[in-house]
This record gives sequence, C-alpha cells and structure tokens, in this order.
Amino acid sequence: MSKPVNATSQRIRETLAQRYRAEKRFRLYGVVAILFGLLCVATLFVDIIGKGHGAFRQTYVQLSVNYEADVLGIGDIDDAQQLALANFSGLVKKSLRSRFGDVSGRKEKRQLYRLVSNSAEYDLADRLKANHQLLGQSEKIWVLADDDVDTYFKSLNSADGPFVGRTNEKQQQWIQSLVDEGQIELRFNSDFFTSGDSREPEQAGIGGAIVGSLLTLFITLALSFPIGVAAAVYLEEFAPQNRWTDFIEVNINNLAAVPSIIFGLLGLAIFINFFHVPRSVPIIGGLVLAVMTLPTIIITSRAAIKAVPPSIREAGIGIGASPVQVVLHHVLPLALPGMLTGTIIGMAQALGETAPLLMIGMVAFIVDVPGGFSDPATVLPVQIFLWADSPERAFVEKTSAAIMVLLAFLITMNTFAVVLRKRLERRW
Amino acid sequence: MKKHLKPAASLKFAAIGCGIAISLASTQAISASRDYISIVGSSTVYPFATVVAERFGKTTSNPTPKIEATGSGGGMKLFCSGVGTGHPDITNASRRMKSSEFKKCQHSGVKDIVEVLIGFDGIVLANSVKTQQMSLTRKDIFLALAKNVPAPKSMQDEFTTSKTLITNPYNTWQEVNPALPNVKIEVLGPPPTSGTRDAFAELALEGGCKKISWIKAIKKRDKRGYKEICHTIREDGHYIEVGENDNLIVQKLDANPNALGVFGFSFLDQNADKVQGSLIEGQVPTFDTIADKSYPISRPLYFYVKRAHVGVVPGIEGYLAEFTSEKAWGEEGYLAEKGMIPLSDAVRRANGADIKALKSMTGEGL
Repeated sequence: MSKPVNATSQRIRETLAQRYRAEKRFRLYGVVAILFGLLCVATLFVDIIGKGHGAFRQTYVQLSVNYEADVLGIGDIDDAQQLALANFSGLVKKSLRSRFGDVSGRKEKRQLYRLVSNSAEYDLADRLKANHQLLGQSEKIWVLADDDVDTYFKSLNSADGPFVGRTNEKQQQWIQSLVDEGQIELRFNSDFFTSGDSREPEQAGIGGAIVGSLLTLFITLALSFPIGVAAAVYLEEFAPQNRWTDFIEVNINNLAAVPSIIFGLLGLAIFINFFHVPRSVPIIGGLVLAVMTLPTIIITSRAAIKAVPPSIREAGIGIGASPVQVVLHHVLPLALPGMLTGTIIGMAQALGETAPLLMIGMVAFIVDVPGGFSDPATVLPVQIFLWADSPERAFVEKTSAAIMVLLAFLITMNTFAVVLRKRLERRW
Repeated sequence: MKKHLKPAASLKFAAIGCGIAISLASTQAISASRDYISIVGSSTVYPFATVVAERFGKTTSNPTPKIEATGSGGGMKLFCSGVGTGHPDITNASRRMKSSEFKKCQHSGVKDIVEVLIGFDGIVLANSVKTQQMSLTRKDIFLALAKNVPAPKSMQDEFTTSKTLITNPYNTWQEVNPALPNVKIEVLGPPPTSGTRDAFAELALEGGCKKISWIKAIKKRDKRGYKEICHTIREDGHYIEVGENDNLIVQKLDANPNALGVFGFSFLDQNADKVQGSLIEGQVPTFDTIADKSYPISRPLYFYVKRAHVGVVPGIEGYLAEFTSEKAWGEEGYLAEKGMIPLSDAVRRANGADIKALKSMTGEGL
C-alpha cells in the first residue's frame, strides 16, 4: 500500500529540479520576449527622435535691409496696388549682395540668393504693409535660411563632419562668414506647429494637418459614438436572442477585422459617387472613419454593458422602473467608463489611419490651414506619408518630427483611456 | 439622482451633434461649388506642380490649389469622368494622354482639353557611392532586365538565321557584357502601376531592344509581339519592385552597394552624397546632359486643363500664367531648381502662346 505512494513521491523528488528548471526557462522566455519588444520600441524611438529633434529648431539668417523706394518700385506708399506688386525679392537680393560684396557672375549670384528662403520676401512685404513708415529706412531682421543651408548649418558640429548636400564651397564660405559674425542662428521653430504644408522644407509645418485631424475626428466622434452606443444598448438590452441578432453579431465582429482600405472604397462608392459629398474635406474623412470605428465602439460598449451585474437591472425593475429607465438611469452610467475607453481607443485608431483616406482624396497637397468642415484638409499620418515621399533632404527630419507629434497625440489619448478606466471602473 | 441624469443629457447632446454633422454633410452635397482649383495626377509631376501651386496661393488672392498624387493613369480616369465642379480641373501626367483616354474624355463630355508640355524628367540608374560607378548601354540594360532575351548565338551575327528568344539566363553583369564588373544583377525599381516604370521600359529597355536588328524588324509585322519582347521585365528576382517611394530605393541602395536603383533625376540631385548615377551610353546624368538630350533616358511631363472649367473655378488662368512664367519653367526658374529639366526657349515660347490662347488639343497623333 505504501510502496506505490513512495514510488510516486520518489519520482516527484527526482523530477523536481527538472521542473523548476522548466519553469525558470519558461519565465525566461517571457522576459526575453518583453525585452525584445522593448528593444524594438527603444530603437524606433531613438531613431525617430535622433532624426527628428532637429526639426524643432530652424536656421535663421540676419539681413540688414534698406526699404528703398526705387528698388521696390513704389512711388506712393498708400497705393495698395503698388505695394502688392512691389519687388521685395529684389530687396532681399540687394541686401545679400551688399552683405557679401565679392560676388560676380550670374551663376555665383544665383548661389548667393539661394542662401535665404523665398519666405524672406513675403516677410518683408508683411512688415512694410503693417508699417508704412519703414519705407526708406533700414533695419536688421532675421529671415529663414534655405533648407540646404539649414541642414548644412545643423550638421556643422556633427561627429561625421558637416552634411554638404547641395551646398558648394562658395556657399560654405559665406555661411562660415555669417557664423563668424553671429548672423546665423538656430531658433525654436514655432512655424512648424502653426503653418500648413509647403514644398520648401524650411516653411513646412504640421499646423494644417493637426487642424485637419481635429476636424475629421470631431465628425467621426459625433457620428460613431451615439450610433455605436445606441446599437450596443439595443443589441445587449432589448434585442431578442435569435438567428438575426447572431447574424448581426458575427458581422459586426467581422467588420472590426476588415482592412481599412475597404472602408475607403466604400466611402468613394457611396458617399462621393452616390451622395456627391466633395472629395478631400473633413466631412468625407469623418464619415469614412466613423464607419470604420463603429464596430470597435459597438464591441467594447457591449462588453461594458455586459459587465454591469444583472442584480442592478433586477433591482430597478423590482422597484417599478421601466426598462428604458433602468437602462438610462443605471446601466448606461455604470457602463459609460468602459464605453468611453473603447471610444478613445477607436479614435486613436482613426487618428493613425491613412489607407481609407487615400481613396477619398485626403492624401493631397494642401497649403492653407482648413477653416471648417468643408475646406480641403489632410491629416497627420497623411502628412507624414507625403513628406516621407519628398525628394528634399530636409524633409527627413520633418517627417520624423511629425511622427513624434503623432506619437505624442496617440500616447496622450491612450494614457487618458487607461486613467479613465482606472479612475471610474467599478469591480463587482 | 442628479449624477445619474447627467450621462443621459450628454447622450442627447451627442445625438444633436450627430444630427448637425449629417445635415452639414447633406447641404454640402447639394451645393458642391468650389473656389479652389482641384488638381490630380502623376506623382512625378507632383513635386513641381505643388511648388507652382504654393507660389500661386501666396502671390494672389486665390486659395492655394489642392493637389492629389493619384498617378498618371488614375488622374486621367478622374479627369475624364465628367465636367462640373465635382470633377478635377487639371490632371498631371508623366506621359502623353493616350488616345483611349482622349476618347473616354470626349465620351463623357470633356470636349475641350488644353495640353501643356512643361518640361522633362530624367530617369537614372544609380548605385551607392561606396562602389564603382557603372557605365552601361541601353542594350546592356535590356539584356540584364528583359524577361526574354535573344540567345547569345543569335546576337553575334546581324544576318543570322537563328532568331530564337530564351528566358533571360544572365545572373551577373559580366555575363551580359564582359566589360562590366562581376556582380550579381540586382535592380530595385518601381512596380508596374508607376509611370516611371512605363517610361523606363519604353526608353531604356526598348531603346536597347531595337539595337538588335531582327527584333526591330518584328515591329513592322507585329507591333504587339515587339512590345511584349521589349517591355516585359524579368520576374525571377533580379528586378525587385520596391513600391513607389523613391526615397526608400535610395535608402536600400545605401545599405546594399551591389544593387542598382531606378528613379527620377530629382532624387539623384538631392541625394548626391549617397548615390551616383550610372553612365548611359557614356553620358553621366546631369542637368545639362538631360536638357540637351544627350542623356538618352528622359521623358516629357505634361498637364491637361479642362477648358469648360476656366472661368467657372476661379484662378485657373492665373495658375496657368504662373506655371508658364519664365520665373517658373524658365532656364533658371524655380522648377529647374527643384530638378525639372526645362524646355528649350523656342518650344517654351510657342507652348506659352498656345496656352495663353487656351488652344484645345485635337487628339491627333496620340
């Protein structure tokens, strides 16, 4: 009788060390998997931040400009027509020539003019328009440097030597003389957050894309949250359990896994071709993304409603509340934190989406910051995609910087969802 | 109690928001008038058209035109789908409009189309600066990249009787031409949907293909069969499709010094520290060699304007004037700065006059 027991405990004792080792190994696999994941994330972040941090500062060059009436071609300063047609580019060129006197020949002059961005002439025009007294006066102002100068200047002190790019020796000498005189410096690039897209990397910003994203997400939220919650409440609380509701449930789960480009095609076919909603505007983007996020919201909302214990409904019914009162006064408020979490995650997903927008014309070059729901707009991930595809070297750092901003938005939204869940969630 | 009522109220609010959004969408659908120019088309012309659009937006009171990069073919499809502000005003193309597209346009009511030739773009075969620069002929390119090539025997003699095609047997450049290095043939290039790929097949592969006289002779008998031989790129792993992102090709070339990449000249111009263009027929791809046509692989860039929209959508004439101004498309204009190869003075003058008069294309010679 005691022998087999002994044999078993004997076997247990013999294999104990082996089983401990197996357990240790198993844990190790888990740790390695997590470390590998962390390493990937760290590499991604280091790479993106390493490439992108430079974009938050931009190179400026100091020019001393004399607003000469005959260079500008202005006879009467109060004539708006003359002011609009004035030759501000000539003014910039002249001040560059007077700064670097030793320039001769067309080719060299063209290289000289390339030192500053073409935004300089618009800056001067704005200044003169704002203050007519400046005509005939001189002043020192800081203007944006060209993107080639910018990348060269930023890499001047880098370990692998400066990035020469398209700048030539003559231009490098000029830049060096600016450095010696303290007439070139890096400044915080606030334009990056306020201005729209541009083909000149030094002027390009993500302001337009951020506003576009916000407008689009507003439409998405306004459509998908009420519809999603209503659908979830009906399916969970009121719908009879039969084949039809099973069929609908299978389809909703299926839709959540459909590739997002399909929703873009749907938007093109139904909203644009049938309902004639204009292309490239936040309305159409919001509609498509709303359709895309609906399944996610319905599924999470149903899970949240399911998590409310039946005793609460029974108690409500027991004291004479109608089913609608039970749902509106008790079930919904208790399920709301879960629903909101799902909605925020759905919104974060919509914020990062490009594929469905491709079909409905939101992958476009748009300079003006959109002012409303029917202005052409683009969104953050699309802006990243467009810049990543541009030939100019200076867009590399802009791309990474835009990715950083997008990641910051996503992290904020997801953190908010986690905090919301932690704060409001009730366990039964 | 109050606490419980709150979410219900917020629900009502959300429902109202939803209603507003829907009604907003529907009113938009009814009055689909536009005050900005809508442009679609080639991703090759995109970098140039966007510069013009931006300057146009800055210097005039009109809003900046909206430009979508849909590819040449996709742009034509949208452009030819009809007249009215729901359809684009202008389409860019890195090749000429095909006669089938012209017919489709005519069929759907887009009768008057103004064709604008704006300049040229070179296509380069480049490799990493870490290795030796290649010197190729178009015939080398054809033999290295075509799916079917003439058997070596049938190449040696002009008057040979053995005119057989075999599946491309070449694995290294040296096998193609003994003067070339002994490296594996590895070319990264765009997929078939790309205009760059079409132009590369037409200019580089066909350019080499027709150097072989008996294949050239096929053209007269069987145009289709000739195109099949000359334009089909091999699919056995020596030509690698990398999507339409030219920056990606540049990065991959940097990582793999043995590979060659196919992309537009403007990317070579911007990444001269990483990649070098191969010599084609002894010509280095530079701004000047492409402009004077001594570099053989260059293609025309076009855009097409819907005449019915001029005057309806504000600013089209201004945009055309900006694009065809000397400071834009001229020898030293800002488009040249961005890597576009300008037209000759005479052609610019003639085209400029036609565009000013909004001369419609006839559809002949497409």
